[in-house]
Amino acid sequence: MTVYMNELKQIARNIRIDIIKSIAEAGSGHTGGSLGLTDIFTALYFKILHHKPSEPQWDDRDRLILSIGHVAPVLYATLAHAGYFPVQELQTLRKLGSRLQGHPGRDHGLPGIELSAGSLGQGLSVAVGMALTAKMDKKNWRVYSIHGDGEMQEGSIWEAAMSAAHYKLDNLIAIIDRNGVQIDGKTKDVMDMDPLQDKWESFGWRVLNCNGHDFEEIQQAFTQAQATQSKPTVIIARTIMGKGVRQIEGDYHWHGKAPSKEEADNFIQEILKAS
Amino acid sequence: MMHFENRGNKATRLGFGEGVLEAARRDSRVVGIGADITGSVSMDLFAKAFPERFFSLGIAEQNCMGVATGLALSGKVPVFSTYGVFAALRTTDQIRISVCYNNVHVVIGGAHAGISVGPDGATHQALEDIAIMRVLPNMTVLSPCDATQTIIAVQRAIGNMKGPVYIRFGREPVPEFTHEHQEFQIGKGQQLKDGNDISILATGHMVWEALQAAYQLQQEGIHARVINIHTIKPIDEEIILQAAHETKAIITVEEHQIMGGFGSAVAEVIVKNHPVPMDFVGINDSFGESGKPDELMKLYGLTRETIMTKTQSLFYKKETFI
Repeated sequence: MTVYMNELKQIARNIRIDIIKSIAEAGSGHTGGSLGLTDIFTALYFKILHHKPSEPQWDDRDRLILSIGHVAPVLYATLAHAGYFPVQELQTLRKLGSRLQGHPGRDHGLPGIELSAGSLGQGLSVAVGMALTAKMDKKNWRVYSIHGDGEMQEGSIWEAAMSAAHYKLDNLIAIIDRNGVQIDGKTKDVMDMDPLQDKWESFGWRVLNCNGHDFEEIQQAFTQAQATQSKPTVIIARTIMGKGVRQIEGDYHWHGKAPSKEEADNFIQEILKAS
Repeated sequence: MMHFENRGNKATRLGFGEGVLEAARRDSRVVGIGADITGSVSMDLFAKAFPERFFSLGIAEQNCMGVATGLALSGKVPVFSTYGVFAALRTTDQIRISVCYNNVHVVIGGAHAGISVGPDGATHQALEDIAIMRVLPNMTVLSPCDATQTIIAVQRAIGNMKGPVYIRFGREPVPEFTHEHQEFQIGKGQQLKDGNDISILATGHMVWEALQAAYQLQQEGIHARVINIHTIKPIDEEIILQAAHETKAIITVEEHQIMGGFGSAVAEVIVKNHPVPMDFVGINDSFGESGKPDELMKLYGLTRETIMTKTQSLFYKKETFI
């Protein structure tokens, strides 16, 4: 499907609305990070990834690994809008018997889920394993993995980073959701990871930066990442937690908080007005 | 019933390495992962034969387990082996979420299991791995008794399974006594000696000791049944319950903590279906220490003598149970 740049904003708006609706209906869930990653997910599923919503197991698809399983609502809403399953199913989020588990679970059969994940720091290793397979089998598909900036505090991320550079996995692109906040507060207060760019460069990665809410910049970063040879690339995407709803933007209290039905209505009105 | 003899000693870790190599020759999807102790866990046989299918990932076990998951999710059959203390414990969270929750076919080798690792001491003696691995959903836990059986077990784990498998083996050479054409089925125990007075259920290297204890007890008039439980999960309920019904007393034997381990797995079956008196040979809630393997086995009571004493004692006591 060909999607033009100016359409992406519209799609992202609809995805944001469904994230808010589904989390409000569930009564729990991670609103802040889901809204903050919406533009990147929209770009990935509507512009960047080679995939077939009608054939989720297509052998040559790009793999998207969501390491931070807690932002499942943005993955689910994006998959639904991309055509993997009906949008109405988003309202079953976190409910008994739902295919939309609180953190992604492949065993529940939702199409488009590449990895069951929720314990932080594991997804990059899995992405490395998949990228090794593609190299071994001389396949052209790529692996994209999505990480939180707080997740960089997990030691296993750096084990995986070492191995990706060691095996020159230029078919692996990691994206860091650099929103600067985590559950306890600002990342620089909880455990400072700066200089983040230097850390990744010293681990042998190419580092690109972009504004995670600017589709031109996002697209440009992915284009450069795809052209990179003999080393993996990490895109540090500056984002705002809760993006799109002014009253919660950047507020770490909204990491794992669900809006009430009334709040959700207000949030949605704000998003609609802004567009 | 056949009398088992020692054909010579051989380490089960060699059996693991030979089994992986054989399976890899038959199936090009098999890939290997190394965490710096490749030779020590006998994965060097595979690495030398198939260098393009072997990935050295350094001393980074958590990453190894995740990489194995990614390889499995994209169609490979990864084998990752390291010492049991690291394989099962260092990476428990990765095994739980990445491997088991995703239910991927990753074959995990838990090498240097048990106290018989010897002089390296407590840090390197895996005595908790069975307990931790068997509690994880989707996991299959194998604990073969000699090198011959390990060769067969690992090939089945690689070739005939779909989900995660943990296979436990040791460092020291141990008696080779099972037949290379033995009937071996994952999930099925093997009755190695008949007897109706009491049953000795053993796993891993302790099966040989259990057999020797039973042979000696036979001369003293106690006819003990000996069963090799090489698959701790899923456990063979049928053979355990048959033993409970027919012999009315059960001893379990393992080179592992008693708490939560193989004996507990047997007890879960017994207590629920047909309670009979039981006793347990294993490590009694303590760490190991440095020493020669045979010195440690003796000090911690993992010998045929302990098995005999406990068996005799339970045999005479069982009549007093109602």
